[in-house]
Amino acid sequence: MLELDEIQKRLLAEVADLHKVPEGAYNIRSNGGSVGRASTENIEIIPREDGQGLTVRIKAGTKNESVHIPVVMTKSGIKETVYNDFYIGEDADVTIVAGCGIDNCGTQDSQHDGIHRFFVEKGAKVKYVEKHYGSGNGAGKRILNPGTEVYQKEDSRVEMEMVQIKGVDDTNRTTKAELAAGAALVVRERLMTHNDQNAVSTYVVEMNGEGASADVVSRSVARDNSYQKFDAKLVGNAACSGHTECDSIIMDKGRILAVPGLEANDVDAALVHEAAIGKIAGDQIIKLMTLGLSEAEAEEQIINGFLK
Amino acid sequence: MLELKNVSFKVNEDGQDREIIGNITLKVPDGRLVVITGPNGGGKSTLARLIAGIAKPDSGSILLDDEDITDMSITERAKRGIAFAFQQPVRFKGIQVFDLIRLATGRDISMTDACQYLASVGLCARDYIDREVNSSLSGGELKRIEIATVLARGSKLSIFDEPEAGIDLWSFSNLIDVFEGMRRNIKGGSIIIISHQERILSIADEIIVIKNGAVADQGPKDKILPSLTGTADAVPECRMSGVRTGDDKC
Repeated sequence: MLELDEIQKRLLAEVADLHKVPEGAYNIRSNGGSVGRASTENIEIIPREDGQGLTVRIKAGTKNESVHIPVVMTKSGIKETVYNDFYIGEDADVTIVAGCGIDNCGTQDSQHDGIHRFFVEKGAKVKYVEKHYGSGNGAGKRILNPGTEVYQKEDSRVEMEMVQIKGVDDTNRTTKAELAAGAALVVRERLMTHNDQNAVSTYVVEMNGEGASADVVSRSVARDNSYQKFDAKLVGNAACSGHTECDSIIMDKGRILAVPGLEANDVDAALVHEAAIGKIAGDQIIKLMTLGLSEAEAEEQIINGFLK
Repeated sequence: MLELKNVSFKVNEDGQDREIIGNITLKVPDGRLVVITGPNGGGKSTLARLIAGIAKPDSGSILLDDEDITDMSITERAKRGIAFAFQQPVRFKGIQVFDLIRLATGRDISMTDACQYLASVGLCARDYIDREVNSSLSGGELKRIEIATVLARGSKLSIFDEPEAGIDLWSFSNLIDVFEGMRRNIKGGSIIIISHQERILSIADEIIVIKNGAVADQGPKDKILPSLTGTADAVPECRMSGVRTGDDKC
């Protein structure tokens, strides 16, 4: 595939399930520059003049097409901020797959800060998948700070799946969304941290129109000495419904701070939050041991299921 | 064959030792369905947990086919052929019914294989196979899935701790069918069911009555059951707790 080495290919498979050049529109960014790009009739990918990002324009009415924009970094010491803007036309229905894989075997930190803005027109539907993955034994950290802004017009729907399971040392995720009447936002975040990793995830979702809805759910596991903070704020400025949930397992010396926040500025705003943090229940381990699994295997199955 | 020799088990409550199981010796021969009954708090569930390895005896020994398994872990006992259905099935977030059955069989099975185990406990497999084993399932559904995991183990010794607890009457008659089916296919294995239910007692080969942590009575069903009928140790199904049958005659 293109001019990629084995490590880059492995990273692409991890973050975007890509084993070959994807169908449809795509841009593959590797070590600070684009190494492959294609637009389609309905989806145009335009590089920014400074080289640090893309503008993606999806025509109104585009159906069942996808955009892949994965990023891989294999050189130690790269630090970049990339700005990607997505304009999704009225009534389009598309899948956008982003994601970043960093392999750092060196001693210097590697950092990718992706700032994604989504401008979603009336009635459009977007499924957005973003996976983060780190590997390499170097002392240099693998750092990812994604910033996401979502602006949804009337009756649009955005589903976001954010996954970070392995190898990212430091992450500070901020997600901001503004929803017009009838717009729906669904977020499913899955996170696992190891060793001394640190992960902060902050959401502010403003529901500004009647019938807007948001459902922000995080499932996470903090192992070893890692630390996580989940800070999700839903703001209801109209007759709307919002739900946020943080469900976490802590292991070893892991620490988690969950800060659910609700702000209702309209008497018809219905907002709910739930948060639960705890270790794996002993009876879950015992049940799986009675099926012949060892204690460690049982824990692994419980976590796999929890993060599925 | 399962054998318990002089097994005792104590718990510490407020600094005081309390004996739950006191010097129990018993045998469960191969090819038998044994029902253990007796009053609540008498030690039946503890006995089942001691056999499965969830609790360890303070003294005495447990043998499976002449091998001493007293110091073996839950996992080792499971691998040697002991399966255990919990009285209160465990819920898991994210783990699906299919996952649990696949883990129980210990191999990569197809959806069709997994569905057969669900069908045999009276669940319409298509509706359940993708469901998470979480609180969206009712007590009766969980219980049947729990029993399906034990069927999927295909173990030499299957232990059921109060399988009737928390299920509705319809599920209960299904359950009897399941146990009768297991009894027919018992071959060299054995089944232990802890139950107060007359209908479950009536399909037993042998009945053991546990009271105050000791064996109060033991023998073939025909010998033991008549003395239990009409007592709390052999409850007719229309008196199952939480079940409304609309029939007060029993």
